[in-house]
Amino acid sequence: MICVKELVKDFGGRVAVNGVSFELSKGDVLGFLGPNGAGKTTTMRMIVGFLPPTSGTAVVCGHNIVQDPIQARKRIGYMPENAPLYGDMTVQTFLQFVAEIRRFIGKERDEKVDATIKKCFLQDVRHQTIETLSKGYRQRTCFAQTMIHNPPVLILDEPTDGLDPNQKQLVRNMIQEMAADKAIILSTHILEEAEAICTRAIIISNGKVVTDSTPAELKKQAPSYNALTLKIVASAEEAKNTFEQLGDVDSVDVLDSSTDHVSLRLFPKNGQPLATTALEEAHSHNWLVKEMQSESGRLEEVFQHLTVTENVSEKVK
Amino acid sequence: MESFQQTKSIAKREWGSYFNSPVAYVFIMIFLVLAGFFTFAVSQFFESGQADLRAFFVWHPWLYLILVPAVAMRLWSEERRARTIELLLTLPITPWQAICGKFLAAWLFLILSVVLTFPIVLTAMYLGQLDLGVVLCGYVGSILLAGAYLAIGMCTSALTKNQVISFILSVVIGLFFILAGFPPVTDLLSRFSPVWLVDAIAAFSFMAHYEALQRGVLDVRDVVYFASIIGFMLLGTHIVLRTRAAQ
Repeated sequence: MICVKELVKDFGGRVAVNGVSFELSKGDVLGFLGPNGAGKTTTMRMIVGFLPPTSGTAVVCGHNIVQDPIQARKRIGYMPENAPLYGDMTVQTFLQFVAEIRRFIGKERDEKVDATIKKCFLQDVRHQTIETLSKGYRQRTCFAQTMIHNPPVLILDEPTDGLDPNQKQLVRNMIQEMAADKAIILSTHILEEAEAICTRAIIISNGKVVTDSTPAELKKQAPSYNALTLKIVASAEEAKNTFEQLGDVDSVDVLDSSTDHVSLRLFPKNGQPLATTALEEAHSHNWLVKEMQSESGRLEEVFQHLTVTENVSEKVK
Repeated sequence: MESFQQTKSIAKREWGSYFNSPVAYVFIMIFLVLAGFFTFAVSQFFESGQADLRAFFVWHPWLYLILVPAVAMRLWSEERRARTIELLLTLPITPWQAICGKFLAAWLFLILSVVLTFPIVLTAMYLGQLDLGVVLCGYVGSILLAGAYLAIGMCTSALTKNQVISFILSVVIGLFFILAGFPPVTDLLSRFSPVWLVDAIAAFSFMAHYEALQRGVLDVRDVVYFASIIGFMLLGTHIVLRTRAAQ
């Protein structure tokens, strides 16, 4: 439903987006991850046709956003960064305005607005002016605006930014409910969010896609994926040397050691689970295993690994 | 027709935003007070002993010079500042629809303000034989003039998210359009420029076209002049939005 090819945006010498390509079909929820200033917002703005691309194309449901912007935008619900809204309008008049622009008039308009208000839990504030609303309600009002016309494509720029944990969960639930019959792109820098709702994750850094995969696959790239933390009764030196000899073990960190026990973290070589071999080894040395925990890898690590290195090298230059 | 529906929705929203804030009421009050003050106190409408509204209309170019940019400055600057421009221009509408919708709302608002000066007309009618044709023609001229100022203000408003800058720019441009045909300036110019150049510059001025309409002469050329200023400035707005909406 969305086909992005080699998008480039050059702001007079500063290349914000440098050849971003991806495709998205129905049912996909794409998490757009990356540090601030990586080009996430610029890419999204080009896909919705707010910024003309320097080169490359974005096609939404078969309509090129540059050549046929109206048809493409009819099929998009877009929530810009920081949820901009007309502060002097009430929630209801604002949604009515958007519905009218989306070509619903009369009774149909009111039905659409009512349904959307209900879906986004805005009943309590529907007659309140937007500038008096709390951040959570504002964010939800802007979110509501994206789905009045039940579009096949949703593009959400940091939809949960600045919300409290409960509100975040609410927005995530709403996104998940709609996910089945839509193609959704959302940007975030909260990685747990990408893990919770995205079926795909793209990490973008310095205007380039550095990885395009599922959150689960991404986690496998983390150094701590399938790492094993052990607390055993043994001497630190001996235990470290012994485990390092094992074929599947890449390296061993001593986390903590005292007279009667030692805590170690074993990193696997090829992401192999280590529990069985480690246990057998401990058993053969008659070491008492007090605690054992396998780690599933953290997205933060992958994110840092893929994005920080580039930023740091940039600074060194 | 469908596209006009959307232009209307935008105009309706814009109209509402004037009346949701004190802007509309403050503007109308000040406009009416100043128009009355200049007509009766400065031009000495009663003392002149003539049943026409020249004393009233002659001040409009100067009133509009300051007041219309105040109405126009928020049209796009505010959208830029609040970033709602991103919301508006990613809805399925063309920039033309947004521009025309906003222009219509603001122009209708100005027309409302001008129409509310009707007690002055009633006063003159009460006092003597008023030529209503001339008065109507004067109002048409005044409304066209307001539209021209408004289009200028809209264009400068699209340029910046700072309303003050937009205001000052449009006052300066408006001042040029007045002064180009203002006798003290044309006299000064004619001392060292050929007559055709002075005439060419003066032809660009609001003044000559506006005054013709005040005399009750509804000449198509004057109407075309104001319409083309409006058209040109709206086109300028379109170009500005297309090239720097996101900046």
